Amino acid sequence: MAVGKEIRVKIKSIKNTQKITRAMEMVAASKMRKAQKRMRASRPYALKMRNVVAHLAHAHPEYKHPYLADRESVKRVGVIIVSSDRGLCGGLNTNLFRKLLAKMKKWNDDGIEIELCAIGQKSVSFFKRFGGQIVSKAVHLGDEPEIADLIGSVKVMLDAYDEGKIDRLFLASSDFVNTMTQNPQIDQLLPVQVAEPEDELKHHWDYLYEPEAQVVLDKLMTRYIESLVYQGVVENSACEQAARMVAMKSASDNAGDLISELQLVYNKARQAAITQEISEIVSGAAAV
Amino acid sequence: MAMTFHVDIVSAEEEIYSGLAEMLFAPAEMGEVGILARHTPMLTALKPGEVRIKTTDGEESSVYISGGMLEIQPHVVTILSDTAIRAKDLDEAAALEAKERAEKLLQDKHSEVDFARAEAELAEAIAQIQTIKKMKSRR
Repeated sequence: MAVGKEIRVKIKSIKNTQKITRAMEMVAASKMRKAQKRMRASRPYALKMRNVVAHLAHAHPEYKHPYLADRESVKRVGVIIVSSDRGLCGGLNTNLFRKLLAKMKKWNDDGIEIELCAIGQKSVSFFKRFGGQIVSKAVHLGDEPEIADLIGSVKVMLDAYDEGKIDRLFLASSDFVNTMTQNPQIDQLLPVQVAEPEDELKHHWDYLYEPEAQVVLDKLMTRYIESLVYQGVVENSACEQAARMVAMKSASDNAGDLISELQLVYNKARQAAITQEISEIVSGAAAV
Repeated sequence: MAMTFHVDIVSAEEEIYSGLAEMLFAPAEMGEVGILARHTPMLTALKPGEVRIKTTDGEESSVYISGGMLEIQPHVVTILSDTAIRAKDLDEAAALEAKERAEKLLQDKHSEVDFARAEAELAEAIAQIQTIKKMKSRR
């Protein structure tokens, strides 16, 4: 029967799409679990690092590291943007870019110039089209980002800070709250902002440094910033998978709705055709 | 019982060791250091090598690290171990590479976004041609 051929074809194609989105959902779910595990594994390091730097900020070193000292006039700022490499992950990147753009517009109005360090293909293509000044980039980090892949890009920004090309450094990335919620966030990396000291550390003290303060502190602060960026990248990877999982789930659900609607239309059309045929036969028989 | 202190050894990718210790040996940049409880606060870089921990039950366990930082507070010792191989030249090279990638991006005309733009233009052109054809056939 030739009834509703187009509808049948359409249902078939939607079913195929649904199969794909469902598979992507499952893949994202398993990748998300792994990414979350990595995120948890990297937390102790970031935490310890933060503790050490907090201690340091309240010590009274003979050498004050430039990363700890606030600069009065801010003419240029640097932003490290952490985005995903691939799309199809809901509004994750868009939300981040929107928040960042609002902030960038404000800086622009204040006459502050902006340098960007793009991590992830999406931020690279977005800011290329938008016309941001990208000074370094790192893409295709994969599902298991390694700190070694980030060292170069971060160093470009740190060097710019050392040379006075930028006066502040920010990190824009997504914060993993839970599977359903990811918040875009912009945090200040440099100069380092530290919490209030613990009571026992309030007296006057300082570390012994080996070999000497400047060398040790340089190393430490570089690692500190890298660890924060790495944490951002790992967290973003978990966010990406979670957002993709949710997006693909709703796509599969929508496909299901569409299929059932089309099935209804198809059934109605088929029934109408049969009724019409019967009535034709009956009226034909009556005419004889 | 001897005085003990807390030891944490972490790397960016995992937590390696956490527990109480009586004594700790670490390969500091200026030579190996042995640390007991109530050591004065100290901050130093570590070379790649073995960290030995004498635990409270008298046993010794050891961990290999590929360099990092050592922080000593009187009752807490933290080792921040590196996962990547670090050297000044290597870092410099990585930074240059990241910069070059960004510069290449600005020169390279055949990237993703331009394709998208080209596609949009192409679609527009096709639509125009079709409109012209329609108008011609009407005449």
